[in-house]
Amino acid sequence: MANPTELSWLLPAPSDFRACVKALRKDGDSDARQAVRLANHALDLSQLGQLGKAVKQRRDDLAKAGLRPARLAIAATHTLDLLVEALPASGLRHGVLIETLQADYGQTAQAVLDPASPLNAFDPQFTLLALDPQALGLAQPILEESAAQQAVQSAIDYVVSLRDAVHANSNASAILTTLPVPPVSLFGNFDAMQPGSVRWLVQRFNAQLAVHGAGPGDVLLDLAALAENVGLSIWHDAARWHDAKLPFALDCVPLVADYVCRLLAAARGLSRKCLVLDLDNTLWGGVIGDDGVDGIRLGQGSADGEAFLSIQSHARDLRQRGIILAVCSKNEEDAARIPFQQHDEMVLKEDDIAVFVANWTDKASNLRYIAKALNIGTDALVFLDDNPAERERVRQELPEVAVPEVGKEPADYVGLLAAAGYFEALSFGEEDRQRAAMYAANAQRAGAMTKIGNMEEYLRSLEMVCSMRPFDALGRTRTAQLINKSNQFNLTTRRYTEAQVSAMEGDPAKFTLQVRLVDRFGDNGMISVIIFDRGADEWHCDTWLMSCRVLGRRVEEAALAQVAKAAVDAGAKRLIGDYLPTAKNALVKDHFEKLGFAFVRTLDDGGTRWALDLAGYTPPELPMDIHVEFEPVETAV
Amino acid sequence: MGSREETIERLIPIMEDIFDEDSITYSDAMTAADIEEWDSLSNIRFVVAVEKEFGLRFTNSEIASLDNVGQMVDLILTKLD
Repeated sequence: MANPTELSWLLPAPSDFRACVKALRKDGDSDARQAVRLANHALDLSQLGQLGKAVKQRRDDLAKAGLRPARLAIAATHTLDLLVEALPASGLRHGVLIETLQADYGQTAQAVLDPASPLNAFDPQFTLLALDPQALGLAQPILEESAAQQAVQSAIDYVVSLRDAVHANSNASAILTTLPVPPVSLFGNFDAMQPGSVRWLVQRFNAQLAVHGAGPGDVLLDLAALAENVGLSIWHDAARWHDAKLPFALDCVPLVADYVCRLLAAARGLSRKCLVLDLDNTLWGGVIGDDGVDGIRLGQGSADGEAFLSIQSHARDLRQRGIILAVCSKNEEDAARIPFQQHDEMVLKEDDIAVFVANWTDKASNLRYIAKALNIGTDALVFLDDNPAERERVRQELPEVAVPEVGKEPADYVGLLAAAGYFEALSFGEEDRQRAAMYAANAQRAGAMTKIGNMEEYLRSLEMVCSMRPFDALGRTRTAQLINKSNQFNLTTRRYTEAQVSAMEGDPAKFTLQVRLVDRFGDNGMISVIIFDRGADEWHCDTWLMSCRVLGRRVEEAALAQVAKAAVDAGAKRLIGDYLPTAKNALVKDHFEKLGFAFVRTLDDGGTRWALDLAGYTPPELPMDIHVEFEPVETAV
Repeated sequence: MGSREETIERLIPIMEDIFDEDSITYSDAMTAADIEEWDSLSNIRFVVAVEKEFGLRFTNSEIASLDNVGQMVDLILTKLD
């Protein structure tokens, strides 16, 4: 995502854009919905203006075509004319037909406070109160704490009084705006700590506005967050401010217009309700039908696998705030469901998917089916698919479905989906919360853990679930990867190829373990690999390695307990472990000693040998749940 | 880099786009009075679009000093030198 001011989830404008708009304006009988198709591109300021004229001209046709009228009054202490020009065309993207009226420059307060003002006579449904630090007395430092606090309070009181006037003098909802932090610092880093620095004033104002600003029915336009996303140095353009009181750089106008329209659409109940997901190369890397559940890329260990994981996590987060998830994939249904049922790293489960469609029918028909099954309109769908041909097909067949232009890099998908703002919400209500019951329960538990006194309590608070099972095909790639890249927590640093790992899976002379750890912050994936050579009396440790990110979690103790239990069950008396020093593994020099092994002897190459007498071993109480997904296999020879 | 003619050739489509005019007949003496949609705000859009096209930046005082399009072309050429 190169340019932060671009609407990068939309296709670029067609090269004959101006001619298309012209045709729309000249031919009164042409399909007005063509305007909506054109609006669904990343348009620049001029293009938005041109299309905006067509919207004015074809207003009646567009209303007949189902767009919802919205009358927006604008009371600003700076110049928003360029934004106003961009709004009608941007609104088409979100299903709203916007009509605007702007208070005269310098008449902000009068226009709102006077019941007979042209602004109130316009009978707005929304009134945008756009103020700036200059107008609110927050643009200059006030380096005395009580005076600074007073200034913030006065600014809030002022905004609240304007808001109350909006309610008293019209039927409109007020749209309040947070303030982007001005880019010039006074002290430098210290601004963040100094009461009354401009940064301090503006941030306090924003925080208080979020709490006290909106009355019933009012909404907050978080320009401060938008400006941060764009980057303050790109957002602010001092020359334009001094020249014409433009509050942000011209390049930002299309993005701000889109943000305003999202809010209006959300207030009109037009936010999207359902995210429809493709599967292959969208939720995981590879093709499940070709690559199988062991072959798809998903999860920790590869950049791609983690990117797909983040897409799934984002989808799950959306589901927990009440967005419906559906699947629409060209696949055999049985094959398509296998990862949901069998792959350890799948964040999304079958239960998360409200409608699961995997077949060879065209996707537009399937999307119609999904909408029908959910009893929502196709205009409530967002369709995420890595395949440009499928995206294009759906756009043509169902222009009302939102289809983000996601490109080839899965790591960009979450950012693009979020930036597009399809699921804009004005509240988070009881209904949403119920759908998010699990989320709430988790949050409660997290709340109970805020006070953590000692290590034991801390580890308990992590809600760790450690699961262990022998090597298998599903974990093979990650197992081999850990064996070949772990250097620090690695007792013997023996490297094995994936083929060798595969051979160990069925080898009765080996005891193997792959260990995974989930905690309340998420799934750490496979974090430890252990191989023992089984002997009649002694089991000898061939490999013991662990990912350093779970150091200090007592996972190695859990693993030892498992090895010991298996060895005892098999009739062995002792576990033997070697530490073979390398340039990088000093970390585990005392590993076996810490686990209760006794020193046996120094090895020829400088290593040490350790032994654990199983008769004297008692497994410790551990601050985690342990899931063992197998019974130790009896030696078959 | 670039002759006066080339600069004008690049300027015309920008003006057509910004002022939403189909075919602008360029002359050095052309001013805002000659084009219907050329007002103070579209002037800012015009200036910013020219800055972007030529990869340069005008100061507000430079903009204020311009009397016609021909002077803008000359200013662009000076900055590109």
